[in-house]
Amino acid sequence: MRTHNQKAWFFVLPVLLLVAFNALIPMMTVVNYSVQETFGNNVFFWEGLRWFQELLNSDRFHAALGRQFLFTGIILAVEIPLGIIIALAMPRKGMWVPVCLVLMALPMLIPWNVVGAMWNIFTLPRIGMLGYFMNDVLGVHYDMTQNPTAAWITIVIMDVWHWTSLVVLLCYAGLVSIPDAYYQAAKIDGASGWAVFRHIQLPKMKQVLTIAILLRFMDSFNIYTEPFVLTGGGPGNSTTLLSIDLVKIALGQFDLGPAAAMSLIYFAVTLLVSWLFYTLMTKDDEP
Amino acid sequence: MAKITLRGLRHSYEPSPKGPEDYALKAIDLDWSDGGAYALLGPSGCGKSTLLNIISGLLVPSEGQVLFDDHDVTALPPDRRNIAQVFQFPVIYDTMSVYDNLAFPLRNRGVPEARVAERVGEIAEMLDVTDLLRTRAAGLSPDNKQKISMGRGLVRDDVNVVMFDEPLTVIDPHLKWKLRSKLKELHARVGATMIYVTHDQTEALTFADQVVVMQDGEIVQIGTPVELFERPAHTFVGHFIGSPGMNVLPAVQDGARVLFEGHSVALEGPVTGGAGRLEIGIRPEFIELAETGLPATVRRVADVGRHNVVEAVVGKTSVKLVVEGDVPAPGSDVHLGFRPDQTRAYRDGWLATEREST
Amino acid sequence: MTIELHAITKQVAGRVHIKPTTLTLHPGHFNVLLGQTGAGKTSLIKMMAGLDPIASGQVIMDGQDVTRLSTQKRNISLVHQFFVNYPHMTVFDNIASPLKVAGVAKSEIQGRVEEAADILQLRPMLHRRPHELSGGQQQRTALARAIAKESRAVFLDEPLANLDYKLREELREQLPELFAGRGAVVVYATSEPEEALLLGGETGLMEDGHVVQFGPTAEIYRKPATLGAARVFSDPPINVAQVRKTGSEMQMGDAARWPVPRGQEGLADGPYTLAVRPHHVTPHPRGTATVQLSGKVLVTEVSGSESSAHFQMQDAAWVSLSHGVTRFEIGQQHPFYLDPAGCYYFGKDGALAAQGGVV
Repeated sequence: MRTHNQKAWFFVLPVLLLVAFNALIPMMTVVNYSVQETFGNNVFFWEGLRWFQELLNSDRFHAALGRQFLFTGIILAVEIPLGIIIALAMPRKGMWVPVCLVLMALPMLIPWNVVGAMWNIFTLPRIGMLGYFMNDVLGVHYDMTQNPTAAWITIVIMDVWHWTSLVVLLCYAGLVSIPDAYYQAAKIDGASGWAVFRHIQLPKMKQVLTIAILLRFMDSFNIYTEPFVLTGGGPGNSTTLLSIDLVKIALGQFDLGPAAAMSLIYFAVTLLVSWLFYTLMTKDDEP
Repeated sequence: MAKITLRGLRHSYEPSPKGPEDYALKAIDLDWSDGGAYALLGPSGCGKSTLLNIISGLLVPSEGQVLFDDHDVTALPPDRRNIAQVFQFPVIYDTMSVYDNLAFPLRNRGVPEARVAERVGEIAEMLDVTDLLRTRAAGLSPDNKQKISMGRGLVRDDVNVVMFDEPLTVIDPHLKWKLRSKLKELHARVGATMIYVTHDQTEALTFADQVVVMQDGEIVQIGTPVELFERPAHTFVGHFIGSPGMNVLPAVQDGARVLFEGHSVALEGPVTGGAGRLEIGIRPEFIELAETGLPATVRRVADVGRHNVVEAVVGKTSVKLVVEGDVPAPGSDVHLGFRPDQTRAYRDGWLATEREST
Repeated sequence: MTIELHAITKQVAGRVHIKPTTLTLHPGHFNVLLGQTGAGKTSLIKMMAGLDPIASGQVIMDGQDVTRLSTQKRNISLVHQFFVNYPHMTVFDNIASPLKVAGVAKSEIQGRVEEAADILQLRPMLHRRPHELSGGQQQRTALARAIAKESRAVFLDEPLANLDYKLREELREQLPELFAGRGAVVVYATSEPEEALLLGGETGLMEDGHVVQFGPTAEIYRKPATLGAARVFSDPPINVAQVRKTGSEMQMGDAARWPVPRGQEGLADGPYTLAVRPHHVTPHPRGTATVQLSGKVLVTEVSGSESSAHFQMQDAAWVSLSHGVTRFEIGQQHPFYLDPAGCYYFGKDGALAAQGGVV
């Protein structure tokens, strides 16, 4: 199509510049690091694709990537259905609507590092309420500083507590937009509760659900602050997710080259999976 | 299929209604026979949708009973009343094909697949959507979507009543008559009791054998289209049906005579006794330009193409008449002739003349 | 004040939506755009209002080229099919909003809002909010805003389509009076032929992104230039049939024949397309020169004041329209009477070749 008014480009220009400064330029720096070796003092050696090859063959990277996928998989498998169920259970009319909405929004208002610290204290044996209850009342050995399973359960519960609300609120917005006539027609057609969900509510929620899944995927795949504050990647390496490992390599070992290569692969994986999700979820939408 | 009886229905959306003004429906009694085509006609807010929802079971009335074939169903939920309803906006299950949409109410009731296929085939043929059966319902045009909504109502052969709630609202004007006639044809073929709710006189009068005209939660008149047009029982019916509607003119009683703007007007028969505000009702079709008669001044002439609607002023009251052929220019003085057998008196809105037996 | 359109077109993704359109719209009467949904009425209005881009051509308002001018600077009003009011403002503030934006003095705003409210009988509702109003009152608020603004052009895009039938009838009668003498160019889009006739003024018949005929409403109703124009300007749909002129006779297959209209004897012999509006095909003969037809009644409709019957004659579907309530036996053969005075004859090119007497 022809453009008739070139003025519009001026309005886009600031955004282009902004994107260039906060995304493209830092990214080019990372690309630059990823093909070189440095020992500081601004001395660089050309390494080509060596870091990429080493990384792709490294057991440590494979393990971290595996843990990352496991974590994100569990998060999506728990938060999406749970979010839908809570949204379905919420009232759609009346005085309880604002109360429920505020309660739902509360966890999301808390800063990430505070969430990590909160859950850290909450679960500490003897000191934290949950830790005390599990160990001293129920007599179950529960200590995430020593037991990997306990650590995993804790970070999953923490993330579910923090972010399920987002799924709930998005699904709720989708649900309230369904006209009453649909429910009435379904009643008259003799549809079961499951059929109403499957053929009316789920299709009408699909668009917001796509957004919810994408957001939760990207956020949980890139999660850093909360598990870092909570477990620091331990015990051992059991909760060392990709981002935590990346920071260890970059800042702990100061291996800037391999860390840059890892960031790029990390970025590519996030992008690829997001694209896959999006394509699959929207593939049978109307042209 | 069933006979429908409504007995002493009242409904209020307020938790504790005080006066009659708190009631959306005030004392409704109706008998509808099996297999009839009925319409509920009235302006928005007259209570017709409330009444429809009470019949379908989506709403439980504050007082009164709904009987299907003399069985009290007032407290039954919609899915246990064996009814079908078509809404203002088409309701389509987007994820399903047209076939599955039509099959849905049958499958929910455990009808065997062979019978489902048979019924869906029949209904699709009636609605002219056989070619669309395999397509996804989400991509259809609004009129086809509404056809599918209708089809889902008609596909069950055990329905007591099929209800239509302003089903042509979203349909393009030039397609409306096609769907109107389709509905009429379907009623003839299916033979189920059908109730059609609308504010559009054409839809109501076309579809129904009997029309129930409602205003402010009350039934004003029940009658065939001819009765409603020719002898409205209330000025509201006269005004609401017909375009332009009936002229409602202020009048004064003077002994046996009825005066309009000081002129005596001949009526269809004697005025019944009683007190209250008196008015004369006459349709624009039954007034003609005459040599003698009520003196009037032409105020405006609207050329509708097939005829002219002339607005003339008698004294201080404006009167509309339909004129075919030559029309007088605005400002000219004319005389109006009222056809006596179509001129009636109304007292407080209600018909107050007796027709002379002929 | 006039609006001139010079060969304006609209394209979306390479597809032509509006074909080159040239029109001059005058104030003092309604300019109606009549056509079915999708004919391009709304597109044309949006192009004049500056809401849709114009691919080529010019829009001139009052001698000024406004083709590239933004909507805000065109000083226009637009009333939609859906009731658009600011939900958080009272009726008064809704009507006053464009005046406040324009920086009109407070004392003057008061006067103009009250004047507009009086015309539309909104006085008692000035302090309510839109959600407390009925649909008709909401739409009257939107109309009052257009009136109070005193803009150069007022665009009404099917403003009555979502209102109750009776209310539509009343407003339709009031509208031309409301805008009379305000000096603004009023453009009104509708899909109903009867609405166009009642509003009067001038009408442009639209079909497929194109204005096929433009002129005084009653005149183009009586003299459609093309078969397409005749189709657009008829509800129920106009009856169309193939006829042949032989000597002094018109023949419609073997169904009917009648004399060639007076004054058209010079018309060349050969095939023509006949178009006749439904009210010239009646169940009872009207006048002396009627031609008897016969058809099987398929469907009947009653609008209160009029009845229509759809019937099948040979292979074609016909519609008849008559006064009062007439009942037909569905599925039965019924006589219908064609009035040759109401017939139009179109040549092979689709242009009007001849028409019956006074219509």
